[in-house]
Amino acid sequence: MTVLVLFPLVACLALAVSTAYWRTPILCRFSGLIAAATVTVSGIALSGVVLNGSTLTAGGLLRVDALSAFMLTVVGAVGLTATWGGLPTRSAPATSWTYSALVTLFLGAMSLAVLSDNLGVLWIAVEATTIATAFLVGHHGTRRSLEAAWKYVVLGSVGVAIAFLGLVLLYAATVAAGRPTLSWIVLTQGHLPLDPSLLKVAGALAVLGFATKAGLAPMHSWLPDAHSQAPAPVSGLMSGVLLSVAFYAILRVQAVVNPVLGPGLMRGLLLTAGLLSLAVAAGLIIAQRDLKRMLAYSSIEHMGLLALAAAIGGTLAIAAALLHVLGHGLAKSSLFVVSGRILAVEGTTQIAGIRGLLTRRPAVAVPYLAGMAALLGLPPFSLFFSEVAIVIAGFQAGLGWAMAVAVGLLLVLFAGLARHSANMTLGQDSATPADLTRLDPTPHGPQLPLLLALGVTAVIGFATGPLSTLLTQAASLLVGAP
Amino acid sequence: MSASLFDQLISLSAGVLLLTSVLLVWKRSLIAAVRLLALQGAALAAMVAVIGVFESDLELLAVAGLVLLLKGFVLPFVLDRSRVRTGAVREETPLMNTTSSLLVLSLLTMLAYLVSQPWLALDPGPTTAAVPVGISLVLYGFLILTTRRHAISQLVGFLVLDNGIATVAFLTSGGVPFVVELGASLDVLLVVLILRVLGGRITDEFGGAYLDELTELRD
Repeated sequence: MTVLVLFPLVACLALAVSTAYWRTPILCRFSGLIAAATVTVSGIALSGVVLNGSTLTAGGLLRVDALSAFMLTVVGAVGLTATWGGLPTRSAPATSWTYSALVTLFLGAMSLAVLSDNLGVLWIAVEATTIATAFLVGHHGTRRSLEAAWKYVVLGSVGVAIAFLGLVLLYAATVAAGRPTLSWIVLTQGHLPLDPSLLKVAGALAVLGFATKAGLAPMHSWLPDAHSQAPAPVSGLMSGVLLSVAFYAILRVQAVVNPVLGPGLMRGLLLTAGLLSLAVAAGLIIAQRDLKRMLAYSSIEHMGLLALAAAIGGTLAIAAALLHVLGHGLAKSSLFVVSGRILAVEGTTQIAGIRGLLTRRPAVAVPYLAGMAALLGLPPFSLFFSEVAIVIAGFQAGLGWAMAVAVGLLLVLFAGLARHSANMTLGQDSATPADLTRLDPTPHGPQLPLLLALGVTAVIGFATGPLSTLLTQAASLLVGAP
Repeated sequence: MSASLFDQLISLSAGVLLLTSVLLVWKRSLIAAVRLLALQGAALAAMVAVIGVFESDLELLAVAGLVLLLKGFVLPFVLDRSRVRTGAVREETPLMNTTSSLLVLSLLTMLAYLVSQPWLALDPGPTTAAVPVGISLVLYGFLILTTRRHAISQLVGFLVLDNGIATVAFLTSGGVPFVVELGASLDVLLVVLILRVLGGRITDEFGGAYLDELTELRD
């Protein structure tokens, strides 16, 4: 069974190395897709194994519980949507080997992050995602993408360096308690007599650092730049799942800190960051002019919502947050893939430059509208159920005022996103009316992955089956309740 | 090694760490910055070696060698090559002048001593007494990152920040586990190499490495 834990990591590494070594067109084109498929299959297999409540370990540093297995599945599923949907058309120039190798390494680093038991290894993996994506953000080599890449690497590295300082202090606290360790399971179940004042500083720094990587306000300034300048599939991966991996790190740290200090400290930090993120996203989406930046700010919105769920705590809120991670990941990566196609056919991502998409290019506009409906939280998509569950859990936890503010901001965001989307798909282009008569029925890329991703998002809200068991188990691991 | 000698050597290396960081904030010459950074790396390695000898910890001595190689030689070398590539000799116009920088510096140092009170109370000893130096380095790193405009200066700020975190790690717990130390060092090296390449491309594209000229992405 240990093999199953190592399999996705070894597979990603081997694929990246062989792509870099042989550089054959087939490998360059498909290695990201194969890696994502491998991670998905491993995630589902591991979910099946741990569904009865057991855990798998490997080498003392890796450990798979329900939460890890679920997150690995999310990494794989979002990766599959982004890499498959983002496959270049046959006429497009061939994918470079550096791009494919880095995407594969990126998927491997995220898998390592969710599979590691040692918080130090988790940190290394999160930092490795920055390293793998740095050149992907700057892939186009334009002034804008270089600027975005520089800001991304500097702010991302400084942020996670702060998280490392937090982990260093956490380790110092365990040394003082007589049992030096960074193993999550020992930290949460070992009943170590950790010094509260040291743990307070350690926990706050670690959450602050990982929150930078998760794009929570006020440490979000790099996110819209990086996510709008990266190639579309990479934007989909970063927005759809990398942010959630950083959020996962926050959840793990929270589970270490809360039993010793009580929920107060983390709740205060996450509530502030969550509401601030929603406010920032609302303010900047209303007047947004660029499609990809709009999608990036929407990711800040959803991270804010996840931070609120973590602040609320309890099995319901955390399980809803995890369902939200999956739904948002699939919807957001689909939308970024579509935005890449819009850029390819329209030559721009400026919202004002895209009009009447539904009549001119229905095969691009329909997936866009379906993805946007999912992202806006319309039923039957799972984001509707997870958002409602988070708000209900918030009211139950006595955070009614925060939920009222959050719902108000969500309505503003809904209006902003819906207006921009309606303008792009339905709006009439008065300048070039001749264009409207030319119908372009080609989808400009594979439609099946988008159909699958949005189909899954549409059904998992109510047809959860074994998923609900997995989510409840994962949530109770973090909350500590049986 | 006697306890008093240990005490003195720790204080000495902590003093060198603090002094080099103050000079890094003071000096605008990028050539001097690279040399000071190398000296700081060597002082950090010396501190690790002293703790290793005192506690007869072979693993820590190996880590000291790694720190000396990475922070004393490799990173300053990469930084110097990068400086030559951008053709810069000094930070021309930082956002804050030297006098105010040094004033802020003294405030930050006081802040570092204030926030370190929990440790000093928890476990008084020569190593914990030097923890505020590590915190100071982290804060100085932030100061350099936020007030300097040149790409190389920002890299220097990032490395001072990183040295500060490493100092806190070695002083409070004798360093993080070896696997983590190794991974973290590799990550820092890769980040610096990536920033070097990006800085070079920015120089080619923008005709300079002053980062406040990067203003194409706005809302």
